[in-house]
Amino acid sequence: MLENLTDKLGKALRNIRGTGKLTEENMTEALKEVRQALLAADVHFKVARQFVTDVKEQCVGQEVLKSVTPGQQVVKIIHDELVKLLGEGTTELEDKKPLRIMMVGLHGSGKTTSSGKLARYLAKKRDYRPALVACDVYRPAAIDQLERLAENEGCAFYGDRNEKNVVKIGQRGLDAAKQADANLIIFDTAGRLQIDGDLIEEIKDLKKAIQPDEILLVADAALGQEAVNVAKHFHEAVQCTGIILTKLDGDARGGAALSMKSISNVPIKFMGTGEKPDEFDVFHPDRMASRILGMGDVVSLVEKAQDTIDEKEAERMAEKMRKADFNLEDFLQQMQQVKKMGSLGSIMGMMPGMSGVEIGESEEKKMARTEAIILSMTPQERQTPRLLRGSRLKRIANGSGVQVRDVNALLKQFGQMQKMMKMMRGGKKGKKMMQAMQAQMGDGGGLPKLPGM
Amino acid sequence: MRGLFKRFKEGLKRQTPTFQKAFDGIFSGAKLDSDALEELEEALYTADFGAETVQEIIEEIQAAYKADKSMRGEDAARIGARVLEQVLEGAEGRVTVGQHQPEVICLVGVNGSGKTTTSAKLANLYQNDGYKVLLGACDTFRAAANEQIQHWANRLSIDIVSSQHGADSAAVAFDAYEAAKSRGRDIVILDTAGRLHTKSNLMKELEKLHRVIQKQEPSAPHHSWLVVDGSLGSNSIEQARMFHKSFPLTGLIVTKLDGTSRGGAIVGIYRELKLPIYFVGLGEQPDDLQPFSAANYARAIFGITDETA
Ligand SMILES: Nc1nc2c(ncn2[C@@H]2O[C@H](COP(=O)(O)OP(=O)(O)OP(=O)(O)O)[C@@H](O)[C@H]2O)c(=O)[nH]1
Ligand SMILES: Nc1nc2c(ncn2[C@@H]2O[C@H](COP(=O)(O)OP(=O)(O)OP(=O)(O)O)[C@@H](O)[C@H]2O)c(=O)[nH]1
Ligand SMILES: [Mg+2]
Ligand SMILES: [Mg+2]
Repeated sequence: MLENLTDKLGKALRNIRGTGKLTEENMTEALKEVRQALLAADVHFKVARQFVTDVKEQCVGQEVLKSVTPGQQVVKIIHDELVKLLGEGTTELEDKKPLRIMMVGLHGSGKTTSSGKLARYLAKKRDYRPALVACDVYRPAAIDQLERLAENEGCAFYGDRNEKNVVKIGQRGLDAAKQADANLIIFDTAGRLQIDGDLIEEIKDLKKAIQPDEILLVADAALGQEAVNVAKHFHEAVQCTGIILTKLDGDARGGAALSMKSISNVPIKFMGTGEKPDEFDVFHPDRMASRILGMGDVVSLVEKAQDTIDEKEAERMAEKMRKADFNLEDFLQQMQQVKKMGSLGSIMGMMPGMSGVEIGESEEKKMARTEAIILSMTPQERQTPRLLRGSRLKRIANGSGVQVRDVNALLKQFGQMQKMMKMMRGGKKGKKMMQAMQAQMGDGGGLPKLPGM
Repeated sequence: MRGLFKRFKEGLKRQTPTFQKAFDGIFSGAKLDSDALEELEEALYTADFGAETVQEIIEEIQAAYKADKSMRGEDAARIGARVLEQVLEGAEGRVTVGQHQPEVICLVGVNGSGKTTTSAKLANLYQNDGYKVLLGACDTFRAAANEQIQHWANRLSIDIVSSQHGADSAAVAFDAYEAAKSRGRDIVILDTAGRLHTKSNLMKELEKLHRVIQKQEPSAPHHSWLVVDGSLGSNSIEQARMFHKSFPLTGLIVTKLDGTSRGGAIVGIYRELKLPIYFVGLGEQPDDLQPFSAANYARAIFGITDETA
């Protein structure tokens, strides 16, 4: 298993217990680890250096706490500092109607998709009537793409396939939006390099013409070291008012977020978490901080679980568990729910200290095997596991390509689970039950325990 | 090769800040102390090479410095380029298409990396070389993905097979292959939808596409290239690893190297997966595609202009 930062820092700080205070000397090794962790997360080296210096100042002189390990203590300081940095500024947009938003950024960062997402989000949360204006005259079918998204949201749209002058499109778009009685106007622009003089001029001109209230820089969370220059130059050119970080549904550590924030001091306002129009949310600095530090994204994991596991279904399961009539059919369904959350590998990647763990295949195979065994049972057998004896066991083993002892092992595991449920009968809320069940199910399916779930 | 390498170098040089300046600063000092080494390390980090390659370059430079204290920044840059070239030994992918009838090229990758644009560029390249090309529009998911590739097909007069939004992408691949066969096309280029490597359902879809193509022709797809966005950092390595698992890759194409990013993540990918790099993308136009040259890449990154490095 990959060591997580807490473990590493613990090692680097192992000798300081007796010394009482964090000092520059006893921190040196630990701070090297911090720097290394940041660089590995693609934080720009200058930003990493500055951050480490700041953290050092924070740490030096602090009493070594008795209640936690020095590693935990330092991680906490770092984490808090990161949250503070990432979270500076507001995620709120200007509170205005009409509100004009201009989207800018590199090629393929997600501007057009985020335009649609933002329209939906603001219509829903703040009652705006959005209009989308297509100011990308270069990328093939960029206008069609935005138009599709507008149709999808049922909102106003303006584009002109015969016009190459972006400023004119912007101005006419404003008029059209007014005509359509829209009070949120989002201008999608073409992808451009921050060093492309002509195209940077173009967005400056567009800005002058449409006078946006917000200029949002849309950036891929997986950007490398150049993220600093991207943010710096776009900000210098048009004074961005916010950043949208996209593709956070991947497993990039996302150091670019820290780089961009530090260099430009532009607040990160939103995050994109998928390709679909509702996979979008306000930015959560605490989750980002954990992610950058490789501590996993526990919150996202829990949310993912909540998203995919149907609330009603969970209630029903909890109820069954309360009555301890949870059978193998239910067990199967539970397992399939967990599978819906994604590959085990990707789930693991979100957990503290687990990022980069090669959990994938063998665990997934075990789970597949458990599933195959249950699938080889008749519905009646699933509901009444005590029917499972002798020839039935053999049939199931054959059907699922395992040994009889594998089937027995599963049944034993399941029996223990049921016993536990009986013990919990009359217990507290459904959620708790789910947690216990999932932990238990983990053993049965070869799924490691999921902390925090 | 019609001065392609030269253009490649210029493409990279135009925008890429080289290490030269940083190196000059470092080596103008009296000694290569720990501060100077740290600066060196940091300068190297800006290329997204990853820790291992950075360490190797530093070690070589240090050794050279021990032997000759009068070393200049330029000498250090040369060493850097040499080490990088060694790391990339064997990384230059070269294809001779036309071995199969039709030859199937498949482009996969994360969202927005440049697959569709690169499909068009490749189609253009091969068409100019006299091959008959057909595009398969297998992205049936993203809004206006069809219109985008259709536009390229029209503009470059290339045959295309597509379907409606929401259709089964493997079915489009199937149709494209069949059409290429019956119409006597030499090369079929399949453009797939962008997907993050962490999405198991989408990766499964890719596996299916692979199965379907293989069923039609066991030797296909003949080339499965991962399109890597050169401006991304270390996550590209994870991307390559995961895509390779679901869709056995034969190589890489790295895009957007006309920007300031140096695309160093490909070095990390190559170290781990030994997948050759076939082309680099240097812009949005059809001919902004160049074969990858390790030597030119290394020299361009380290700002070495003469040919004697
Ligand atoms: N997984 C994921 N994909 C995203 C997200 N945001 C955008 N995308 C995808 O990224 C790709 C590029 O998105 P676009 O919206 O076309 O990007 P763009 O910045 O408008 O691109 P250009 O106009 O060409 O510069 C598409 O495949 C989108 O579906 C996100 O948050 N998560
Ligand atoms: N500067 C530059 N831009 C590029 C390059 N290759 C592609 N692009 C641009 O990057 C953006 C995304 O390119 P696409 O070809 O649509 O990317 P894709 O991988 O097909 O995207 P999805 O299908 O949405 O996943 C477009 O704006 C392209 O013009 C390149 O080499 N350099
Ligand atoms: Mg766009
Ligand atoms: Mg595409």
